[in-house]
Amino acid sequence: MSAIVEMRNITKHFGHVIALAGVSFDVKAGECHCLLGDNGAGKSTFIKIMSGVYKPSGGEVLVEGAPTLFQSPRDAMTAGIATVYQDLAMIPLMSVSRNFWMGREPERGVWPFKTFDTDKADDITVKEMRKMGISLRGPDQAVGTLSGGERQTVAIARAVYFGAKVLILDEPTSALGVRQTANVLSTIDRVRKQGIGVVFITHNVRHALAVGDRFTVLNRGQTLGTAERGTVDAAALQDMMAGGQELALLESSLGGTI
Amino acid sequence: MTDVIPDALKDERIKPVSPLRRALIRPELGGICGTILVFLLFAVIAGDSGMFAAEGLMNWTVVSAQFMVIAVGACLLMIAGEFDLSTGSMIGFSGVMMAILSVHLGVPLWLAIIATFVFCVLLGGVNGWLVIRTGLPSFIVTLAFLYILRGLTIWGSIYFTRQTIIGGVAEKAATDWLASIFGGKVLGWLFTWMGEAGWIATFTRGNRAGQPVIDGIPMLVVWAIVLVVFGHWLLTRTKFGNWIFAAGGDALAARYVGVPVNRVKILMFMFSAFCACVFATCQVMEFGSAAADRGLLKEFEAIICVVIGGALLTGGYGSVIGAALGAIIFGVVQQGLFFANAESSLFRVFLGVILLTAVIMNTYIRRIITGER
Repeated sequence: MSAIVEMRNITKHFGHVIALAGVSFDVKAGECHCLLGDNGAGKSTFIKIMSGVYKPSGGEVLVEGAPTLFQSPRDAMTAGIATVYQDLAMIPLMSVSRNFWMGREPERGVWPFKTFDTDKADDITVKEMRKMGISLRGPDQAVGTLSGGERQTVAIARAVYFGAKVLILDEPTSALGVRQTANVLSTIDRVRKQGIGVVFITHNVRHALAVGDRFTVLNRGQTLGTAERGTVDAAALQDMMAGGQELALLESSLGGTI
Repeated sequence: MTDVIPDALKDERIKPVSPLRRALIRPELGGICGTILVFLLFAVIAGDSGMFAAEGLMNWTVVSAQFMVIAVGACLLMIAGEFDLSTGSMIGFSGVMMAILSVHLGVPLWLAIIATFVFCVLLGGVNGWLVIRTGLPSFIVTLAFLYILRGLTIWGSIYFTRQTIIGGVAEKAATDWLASIFGGKVLGWLFTWMGEAGWIATFTRGNRAGQPVIDGIPMLVVWAIVLVVFGHWLLTRTKFGNWIFAAGGDALAARYVGVPVNRVKILMFMFSAFCACVFATCQVMEFGSAAADRGLLKEFEAIICVVIGGALLTGGYGSVIGAALGAIIFGVVQQGLFFANAESSLFRVFLGVILLTAVIMNTYIRRIITGER
């Protein structure tokens, strides 16, 4: 099966800093490809290129085999790449329904009297939320009253509803509790089964191993190769993320607890 | 939209929300309570002073309408996450510009009005553009414009006319088609009829004997109503309104899902300037003159109306209806103290207290919305 999005040899320089030095990565339909890396490894820069926020300094982005250059996040969204950011997914003061449709509000009526079709918006929002296992008090419930995991789920449901082919999740579990994490991971699984390619960014190896089909590790702006599910274990991934030796040293003193 | 959630989907940890609490998180609530409160207050202390007779009614209605016009602009801008401190200076500037163009440079008044509107709305756009490009707080950028515009207004007025009050607009306005949209009165026939029917007081002496004490609703009031209705519709019923909330709630999150945040903010700065121009034009037509010191402190009065009306200073939450109620509270208190023969300096004390109460209330409300932490 061919990749929906393929990134070939991506480099990115910020002034004198080389953030990415030739990273290749691809994601296929219906798989969950985990991008692992420690803080500062270049994960965020990499997905920002993938989602059209930054332009790469070098390398190629191919969408369904065709070389593409995204001018804005909007371009990437049109191409079916949706990104859910850890803390920027939702606006707490706005209702779930208004958040869900933000930027893509359905309209009715004729110009210049076009209005936001709130009935339709509310209706679909409640239905989609139920599919994801969240029962709302009402579509006008403020997002601020939802838990962190629920907010991520709303953002994921939104992306899926708007026809995302690739879903990029930026550390969706890093700020969550145990049960909420489990909810988000099962949402990822549900989304993957619908044939959507999921890019799951995390630095938690256990979360990655729970749902990942393939694993790519970034370290200091370079990729250390991609591994299939079943060919690596937690220790090996942890090792690659930290760059080997230092962690081995640490681990011996901590008695293998990390 | 109250479809019943089947029991299986109910979360045992979600407490049922009482209707009172539900009403409490509506942004207009503070404004509604405040309005009822000030009306009750002045009905008691100034009920027999003529405040609620036709003439008194029109008096505070006009004052409230003035606040309303600028509050609508300030409200939408504040919800979009920005301030405009140059509103007051813009009022002075646009009035003087209009008067210089028409009285001293001989431009037809209608053309002077249109030119002023175009120029000032563009200036509002410059305000917004600077805020977006520099990333500076709008507080600083528009504070700079507060001084720049006021300075230019006084300088221009003295340069062209050697004085700071420019008269002679009334003569030009008398025959101008566009001026009547700002300075005219409507529904005069209704008041004549009401006067004849004895429902409202009529003049008993002088050359207007027999005519009603009010001869129509000033266009300013019409403008205020139109702007409030438009603003409310735009904010709550349109796609653009959702973008206004989103831009103020979290600009980055909004940008990431494709909301054109920059465009929304710049347009709201332009709308705020437009509202200032409407205010200025109505005032110039009413007085028949422009003055360089008009509009002093109006930016703060507009912001106070908006905050009393339940909007959050940090953006992303608020209501145009609330701002309009804030304007009514403001107008009623200001004129009511006059009717009640109270010391007029107490007005500011009162205002400060209301403002403080409103802000404390709003902080509490926001805590409820964002999950009571």
